[in-house]
Parts: sequence; structure tokens; C-alpha cells
Amino acid sequence: MEYCNCFESPWPADELLMKYQYISDFFIALAYFSIPLEIIYFVKKSAVFPYRWVLVQFGAFIVLCGATHLINLWTFTMHTRTVAVVMTTAKVLTAVVSCATALLLVHIIPDLLSVKTRELFLKNKAAELDREMGLIRTQEETGRHVRMLTHEIRSTLDRHTILKTTLVELGRTLGLEECALWMPTRTGLELNLSYTLRHQNPVGLTVPIQLPVINQVFKTSRAVKISPISPVARLRPAGQYMPGEVVAVRVPLLHLSNFQIHDWPELSTKRYALMVLMLPSDSARQWHGHELELVEVVADQVAVALSHAAILEESMRARDLLMEQNVALDLARREAETAVRARNDFLAVMNHEMGTPIHATIALSSLLQETELSTEQRLMVETILKSSNLLATLINDVLDLSRLEDGSLQLEIETFNLHSLFREVLNLIKPIAAVKKLYVMLNLSPDLIEHAVGDEKRLMQVLLNVVGNAIKFTKEGGISVLASVAKPDSLRDPRAPDFFPTHSDNHFYLRVESQPLAVKNSGGSGLGLAICKRFVNLMEGHIWIESEGLGRGSTVIFIVKLGIPARLNESKLPFLHKGPGNQVKLIFSGLKVVVMDDNSVGRTVTKGLLVHLGCDVLAVSSGDECVRAVSYEHKAVFLDVSMAAVDSFEVAVRIREKFSKRSDRPFIVALTGNTDRMIKENCRKVGMDGVILKPVLVDKMRSVLSDLLEHGYLVESQ
Amino acid sequence: MEVQLQRSYLEYSKALFREGVLDAQFVELQMLRDESNPDFVMEVVTLFFEDSQRILNQLSNTLNEQSVDFKKVDANVHQLKGSSSSIGALRVRNACIAFRSFCDAQNVEGCLRFLQQIKQEYLLVKNKLEALLRLEQQIVAAGGVVPVLNDFS
Repeated sequence: MEYCNCFESPWPADELLMKYQYISDFFIALAYFSIPLEIIYFVKKSAVFPYRWVLVQFGAFIVLCGATHLINLWTFTMHTRTVAVVMTTAKVLTAVVSCATALLLVHIIPDLLSVKTRELFLKNKAAELDREMGLIRTQEETGRHVRMLTHEIRSTLDRHTILKTTLVELGRTLGLEECALWMPTRTGLELNLSYTLRHQNPVGLTVPIQLPVINQVFKTSRAVKISPISPVARLRPAGQYMPGEVVAVRVPLLHLSNFQIHDWPELSTKRYALMVLMLPSDSARQWHGHELELVEVVADQVAVALSHAAILEESMRARDLLMEQNVALDLARREAETAVRARNDFLAVMNHEMGTPIHATIALSSLLQETELSTEQRLMVETILKSSNLLATLINDVLDLSRLEDGSLQLEIETFNLHSLFREVLNLIKPIAAVKKLYVMLNLSPDLIEHAVGDEKRLMQVLLNVVGNAIKFTKEGGISVLASVAKPDSLRDPRAPDFFPTHSDNHFYLRVESQPLAVKNSGGSGLGLAICKRFVNLMEGHIWIESEGLGRGSTVIFIVKLGIPARLNESKLPFLHKGPGNQVKLIFSGLKVVVMDDNSVGRTVTKGLLVHLGCDVLAVSSGDECVRAVSYEHKAVFLDVSMAAVDSFEVAVRIREKFSKRSDRPFIVALTGNTDRMIKENCRKVGMDGVILKPVLVDKMRSVLSDLLEHGYLVESQ
Repeated sequence: MEVQLQRSYLEYSKALFREGVLDAQFVELQMLRDESNPDFVMEVVTLFFEDSQRILNQLSNTLNEQSVDFKKVDANVHQLKGSSSSIGALRVRNACIAFRSFCDAQNVEGCLRFLQQIKQEYLLVKNKLEALLRLEQQIVAAGGVVPVLNDFS
């Protein structure tokens, strides 16, 4: 008998039900088998699904369920025991798996659910980040705009460009309808509309500075929203539009004085400009925080840029002023130089022109002296000679005076007889004093040495001046001249702070006092004292007047520094023994030199002089010959510059050109019989190394040669 | 014998200096005479004579022309002045300086008259120098040394 658990179906209509059940089971099985397939297929496609083994379990569960239902198909009819066993096994397995899955799902489902919340959370976060990104981007945009704006502003130092650019860029960046700048007037009581963005030519609108809205803006450094109907914002003709929001910010106008060394620019300045920005009307746009910040930053930058522009303007103005002054000074200097040169030229010419007839007179008079003359005639001729000499000296002195002024006068230092100097001065003064019935007393102190080293001519001049003035201004009585040696300690005079007498073995201080010994005197000290003062200063001395009062006359005292002649050998005795010359001769032995002189006598004499000193002399008589003959072997060339036919200066230039290297070039020395100072200047201009006055003494030539060889130039040319 | 000659030489020289015929320059020239150049003074003096003679002749010629070229005259006198100052002929030099003023004034008469003056001075100096040189030669011939003047003022 076959066991079956199925019922005997009581109802025949149940055959239909059975059929339906059968079909449903079939389809369920089909579905159950296909679902895992689908899942596998789609999971395989997606890579991220984390719960694969859950799927496996689930798949198993479903497959088993499907199997169960499939097997169920066989149980509708008569079936064998195997089928029943299989059915049972399948059912048992399914039960196990489904329980396991159910248990597992308890764990899994919350996880799955939380995935969803996490997803939501992440979505929110993403949205937030997006928002922030948007903000940062805006800020960066703003920053970029500010940088660009700043760059634009700072790239120019012109005030107008700065302001115009600011307005333009701000307008562009913020999309403004209108942007305007109000500057304070000179008086500081009003604000003047200076620049606008849209209006090309702002009409001169002014607004008093004491308005409350303006004060409000000026009080803070932040951008302030103001009402569109305030006077500063009413820039457009009142129109139909709804005006957009208006913001105003102050722009400090800084000065140089605001930049303290240690602090940030103190905004204690009272001067502000006002910048007004209007959003487009009818746009319902609002001022955002970052936009306000932008405006504030820009306002600051503009302030700085403006101050730079102002500083630059000032420094340009100062520079222009300086340049003008320089030009003026330069012109003045050149004019002064021209004047000095003109005066010197004039003086030199005068000196020369006046000198020639004077010298002729002197020459003729001395010749006259040699002829047969009666005593009277001799006296007359002597006076003529003396006067002419004096005149010649005076003419020279005119030139000296101008050189004194320039400071280019140099003393002619030599040894002279001090005692005879005083005597001579006295002799010259005595006749004049005699005419005025005055007596002159000379007192030379016993410690005054006989010979001294100094400028005899100038010292005599000073003496003559001082004594002469004393005579001039003494009405009756006489004058006394006291000459003594002054001790340096007693020489310090508070009236002459620059006078520092020094103590040395080489020099002493001569003190001369000219005192009127009289009862009656007219006042005055003479004009020549200024010249004397200059000479005395040159001699490193000091001159002053002491007066006892009006009508009592003045005592003139001066102190000059004179040298003490070291040995008698060095004094002005023209003929030396040949002794010391021998050593020097060795130095010059074989020294090659060239002498150029077109006068045969002069040439021979100069040649003889140099040969005597041991040189190897080549004498030429023409400039061409000279230039041709000069070679690098020659160490010196002596050119006579008083030649009429040859331009010695040209020869000098040609010699210089011949030798490019300074070391090859021989020294070029000019010989001249002319005492004219212009010659010296011309020689120096042409590049000669020295000038010697003819006739040349042996010692002079020796010292010249040793100077040249030792120093490379003439230390002191006469 | 030489001492006598030397003394008379010195006397003669001193006289010349006192009279102003020669000046210190001449002494300088004498100092340049040494063993290597014993005839130096003679050379220079001879040269001076030749040169001056030539110049004086030229001056006469130039001044006697129809139209006198004063530039040339001036140049010549300048030369003579140079030579005479190189040798130490003081009076000749002074005469030259004085002559130049006549030359500047372009006074032919004056120049001619003064030329005579110069010639006279020159002849004077020439004679004196020749005498001096003769004395020197005598001293040298006698085996002595020509004395060098060391102070004459």
C-alpha cells in the first residue's frame, strides 16, 4: 500500500483549487529561483555591496524555499516515499536556513537602516560644504578684486588716476550704479563732489561738512549704510526709481606728518574724504558683509596711495625748486668766474702795458745816471729813478691786490737784512715827515737779529703803510717805531681767536709798534690797513689798533712770523763755493737733456750751464728740430719761451703728443726772461712741468733738476 | 808774476761791475768754466760779438729803409736784449729795453739816434770784455789759475 499524506479530496471543485495551487507553486518556485539569480547578477555588477555572505544565505534560503515549493508540485498527486523524504529534507533545510537568516537579519537590518541615515547626514554635510565653498569662492573673488584694485591704484602715482581707477574698479567689482568721491575743500568746511563714476563732469556740488550723516560716517572706520535721500547720496536727478542701498565710507587724507616713526599712521588727521557707493536701484540687492569689508579695505588703500601721490608731488616740487636754484647758482658762479677772469685779464694787460714804459723810464734813467751830470741833475735823476721804481712796484702791487682778494697770492720768501729794511723805510718817510715838521724815531731792540727770512717787499709795504698812516694822521709832534722780538706766550690776543703763535727754533715773531708821540692828533687809521691786514695774515701774524680815545691818535701794533736763517750759506749771497756741487754733479752725470733757444748766445750759455752740471746736452735752435730730436732717452727739455719766431707752447704740445706714455715723456721746462705771470699760467695750461726765470744761476738750475728728478715737478718755480 | 796779473784782473773786473758794464750773470758764466770746458767764456763772448754785430747791422739796414718794418726792428732788439742778458752786459740790455719804447712809438728818428747809443754801449762792452779775456789768457799762459770773483757788490 502506498502511504500518502494527502487527503482524499472531498470536493470535486477542489480539483480547480489544486490546479491553481499547482500553478502557483510552480511560479513561486520559478520566482524563488530567479530572485537569487537576479541578485547575483546585479550584485556582481555593483562592486560596493558589503554583505555578500548575507546574500549567499538569503540565496540559499530562497533556493531552498523554491525547492520546497517545487517538490510540493509532486506531492499533489500520488508520490513515492522518496519524494516525501526529499520533501521533508528540503523543508527541514529550509527551516534551518530561514531561521538562521531571520536571526542574522536582526543584526543586519539596523545596519542597513543606519546606512540610510548616514547617507542623509552626508548629504547634509555636502550641502553645507557646498555653501561654504560658495562663500570662500566669493571671498576669494573679493580678495582678487581688492588685489587687482590695489594694484591698479598703486601702479600710478597720479592722484587723479588713483581716484578714477578706484571708482571704476569698485563699480565693476561690486556692480554699482553710482560711485562718488567727495573731497574736503581748502577751508575744510565743505565737501566738494570731485569724482563720480557715471557722470562725466560732476557739477560743483558742495555739501557742508557738519551734516550729521557725514559726522556719523567720519566717526568710524567702517563702511556705514546711509539713507539714499541724504544730500551726499542724492547724485542722480530725483527719479522714478527706487534707489538702491547706499553705503558711505571715510577715506583718510594722510600727510607726511602722520607717519610717526614708531606707530602706525595716526589717524588724528581731521581731513577725510567721503566715498559713497550706490547699489543699482530696483534690484533689491543688499549690501553683504564681505562687500562692506571690501569697501573698507579699498578705502584704506586709497588713503595710502593718495598720501604717496602727495609726497611724490611735494618731492617733485622740491626737486624742481632745487634744480632751478642750481641753475641760478651755476649761472651766478659762471658770471662770477667770468668777472674774475675779465678782471685778471684786464689787470694783466694793464700791468704789462703800464710796465713797459715804466721799465723804459727806469732803463733810460739808469743810463742817464752814467753820463756826465751836475750834482743837481744827478739828484733829479736819482729821484726820477726812485719814483719810477716805486711806480713799477705799485703797478705790480695792483696785480697783487687782486690776487690777495682771491687768496692766490704767495709770499716771496727770502733772506733779507731786517735792520736795513727798517732804516730804508725810515729814510723814505723822513722827507714827508720833515715837510710836516714831525720827527720820526726808530728803536730796534737789541735782541732783534740782523737777517731774517720772509717776504721783504711785502713787509716793507706793511711798514710803509703803518708808519705812513701814522705820519698822515699826526698833526704835530712825531711818531715812534719800536721793533722787538715778541715772546709767543705774550701773543695770545682775545681779539684774534685764530692767531696761534707757536714756539720754534726756525722762526721768531717780529713785533712792531707805531705810536704817535703827540699832543694833537686827528683821528683815523687809514684805508691801507685792510691791505696790511691781509699781508700780515699771510705772514701768519696779527695786526690791531689800540687807541686812547678821540683825538689821542691810535697805536698800530702788528706781529708777523719771520724765519731765522739757518746758516749763512743759505742766505742771499749769490756766489757759492763749488764744494757741495760735486756730489750733485754725479746724479746728473750723463743726464740727457735738450735745450731749445733761437738766440745763439743764450743757447750756448744754457748749454754751458747744463754741461757744467754734468748733463749730456743737445742744443737746437728751432721748434721742428726740437720735436724731431727729442726721444725717450732725454729726461728734460728746456724751451726758451721768449722767442719771437717760434711758438714754444706749440712745441711743448707736440712733444707731449709724441710720447703717449707718461713715463717716456721728458720734463718740459720753460725759460723766460719775462716776469709776466700770464706766462706761468700759459705754461701750466700747455702742460709744462715748470717755469724758470732767466738769467738762470747755476744753483737754480741744479735745484730745478733735482726737484724734477725727485718729485716729478718743480716744487717752487720762480 | 801771475799774482800780479791775477790782482790786476780782479781789479779790472771789479771796476767793470761797479760801472755797471757787466753784472752777476757774467760771473755765473765764469763759474761754468772748468776742466772739461776751459774756453767756455771765450766761446760765449765770441758768439756774443758775432751775434750782436750781425743784429746791429741788420738794425741799421732796416731802419734806413724807406718804410721801416718796426716788427723786424723789435724782433732784432729782442734778440739783442736776450743775448746781452745771457752774457751779463747790463748796459747794453738796458739800452735795448729803452730802445723798445722808441720802437713802440714808431719814431724812426729816435730809433736811429738811439741805435747809436746802443752801438756805443756795445762797443764799450766789447772792448772791456776783450781786454778782460786778454788778461785771462795772459794768466793762463803764465801757468796760473784765473780767479773767480766771489763778491763784488
